[in-house]
Amino acid sequence: MRKAMTLITNGFIWFAERFPIMKMWREHMSEYYAPKNLNIWYYFGALALVVLVLQIVTGIFLTMNYKPDAELAFASVEYIMRDVSWGWLMRYLHSTGASAFFVLVYLHMFRALLYGSYKKPRELIWIFGMAIYFCLMAEAFFGYLLPWGQMSYWGAQVITTLFSTIPVFGEDIALWIRGDFVISDITLNRFFALHVIAIPFALAGLVVAHIIALHEVGSNNPDGIEIKKHKDANGIPLDGIPFHPYYTVKDLFSVAVFLLIFAVIVFFLPDMKGYFLEHANFVPANPFSTPEHIAPVWYFTPFYAILRAVPSYSWLGNQFGGVMAMGASTMILLFLPWIDRSPVKSIRYRSVAFKLLVAMFVICFFGLGYLGMEQPTPVKTILARIFSIGYFAFFVGLYFVSKYEKTKPVPERVNYK
Amino acid sequence: MIKAFFLLAFFLFSGVSQAAGNNYPLDHAAIDSSDKPSLQRGAKYYVNYCLGCHALSYLRYNRMGRDLGLTESQVEENLIFTYDAEGSPVKPGEHMTNTMDAGYAEKVFGVVPPDLTLVARSRGVDWLYTYLRSFYADKTKVWGVNNAVFPNVGMPHVLSEMQGLQKAITEEYIDEQGNRHEKIVGFELLGSGSLSVEEYDQVVLDLTNFLAYAAEPAKIARHKTGVWVIAFLLLLLCVTYLLKKEYWRDIK
Repeated sequence: MRKAMTLITNGFIWFAERFPIMKMWREHMSEYYAPKNLNIWYYFGALALVVLVLQIVTGIFLTMNYKPDAELAFASVEYIMRDVSWGWLMRYLHSTGASAFFVLVYLHMFRALLYGSYKKPRELIWIFGMAIYFCLMAEAFFGYLLPWGQMSYWGAQVITTLFSTIPVFGEDIALWIRGDFVISDITLNRFFALHVIAIPFALAGLVVAHIIALHEVGSNNPDGIEIKKHKDANGIPLDGIPFHPYYTVKDLFSVAVFLLIFAVIVFFLPDMKGYFLEHANFVPANPFSTPEHIAPVWYFTPFYAILRAVPSYSWLGNQFGGVMAMGASTMILLFLPWIDRSPVKSIRYRSVAFKLLVAMFVICFFGLGYLGMEQPTPVKTILARIFSIGYFAFFVGLYFVSKYEKTKPVPERVNYK
Repeated sequence: MIKAFFLLAFFLFSGVSQAAGNNYPLDHAAIDSSDKPSLQRGAKYYVNYCLGCHALSYLRYNRMGRDLGLTESQVEENLIFTYDAEGSPVKPGEHMTNTMDAGYAEKVFGVVPPDLTLVARSRGVDWLYTYLRSFYADKTKVWGVNNAVFPNVGMPHVLSEMQGLQKAITEEYIDEQGNRHEKIVGFELLGSGSLSVEEYDQVVLDLTNFLAYAAEPAKIARHKTGVWVIAFLLLLLCVTYLLKKEYWRDIK
């Protein structure tokens, strides 16, 4: 026993003499000082990382039996669900994981808005984060085609058709994306390649960059103040505590809570009544029959509602206005660090006007999300237009409110207990 | 460009073709996936009345037998009536397919009868339960019947010997534009079938229960495993909570 222990210790020393493992451990774990007042909003980044790993691992097992072939894809998914040992679990973990990923990322992004986490000096973290979000949307879009159900097929058809509304080059761009005049076997093959290799690769790299950038400047906190301003004799922030063990154990607890909720869905409600796995997607793709109602999965519906809300004008190439509005609704988030001009980061010390703006934004986002799932009716279209205006008005309002708002005095040290 | 617009306009703004487009209210199918006798009866009805046209291409006979509490020989003797292309009986390890020829089906029914393995997940169990009880006599149709849930369906009422034929009771109503329409509000039995109304409803419920099983055989394992996973996670939750509390005691 003792001999074995010595062997392991010596082996580790041999490794550490040749690789900066201890340096990395100190920099990112045992001597990375995070503010001690991080609250529940700070769980979601770590949880998103857990889901990323989960998606990669379950994805690997799914690719072992999935067939990216228009003739075989649908049946291969059913094969996974029925004949592959634990295949149903891999599939449900992966499909539920996709929705969970978006829930966590939306909460994580909203946290940044609440506490001004994107503000100087953390603008680059936000930019990397937005790049992750864009990759995630692409990843979800490409992945959704793979089961080759009716909604996979027609959803992809709608989205690729959006590109053809771009003036002059639109048709060629859509053709280039699909590799065919309609969604076909060729499209399925390339989406598979992008879904399992290209995007995950980019995602992993961006996540590393996101974390390195975060650890360079240090975490923000609910008070939105820099803990590095007050250090002790050893240069350690007075309000900082080592990430390990304090936040590793705290995150471990949050992982347990998250997995509990996640498991309830995976084992007892995997299709979430049609919100996570749409009913129409249990019918194999049929290019000759359009489903009764095409709606994207819930995480895209706010933007889809904006697309539908914009009236078509022939001088604007008809639908191109909607497509641009939809693009702008996601791209505008990238500029938040510069739209929000207030020197105060946290919502705790900001004006009522700011709080009202945030409330309006939340209402519009949820409203659009709901309307994006529904069949358009005259009343719903008007509502979608109001919410779309509200969505963009938030950013315009923020630009001015943040400049002129009357903020409360910000404390020197963080509030804890 | 123009083509793209029309395509897009079609997807986004047309109420998109309603294949089963009507709002006939659906009855609640009170199925019980743990009711083995009901599932076994459902399987019996399915292979006798449905399988000839509607394959269950993703379900294997022996898997079904295992999950429904039947031995392989019971399945072979009672549930396998089909033969493969060489003329020998289908083996229990094979999928529940049929030899319906697509060209022939199209000639006879106008459409190829769809595979029903996943119909309980795409249409829903309430839809199935109501659909199979909503055939009514309609002389204008080739098979002499129509369906309230799926108007102008190409399918004959294959269970009519059990249910008997029924007549639709209609009601007139005026829509928002002031046009008169008729809608079906109920049924009246014309001739009696071999079963009473309650007995027939039970047959359809058993069939629906069986199709719900066929759509997701993994559900049994899913629920069984889920209980243990959640029990473990509750334990993990307690342990991690105490661990967190212990470490954070010294943070002031």
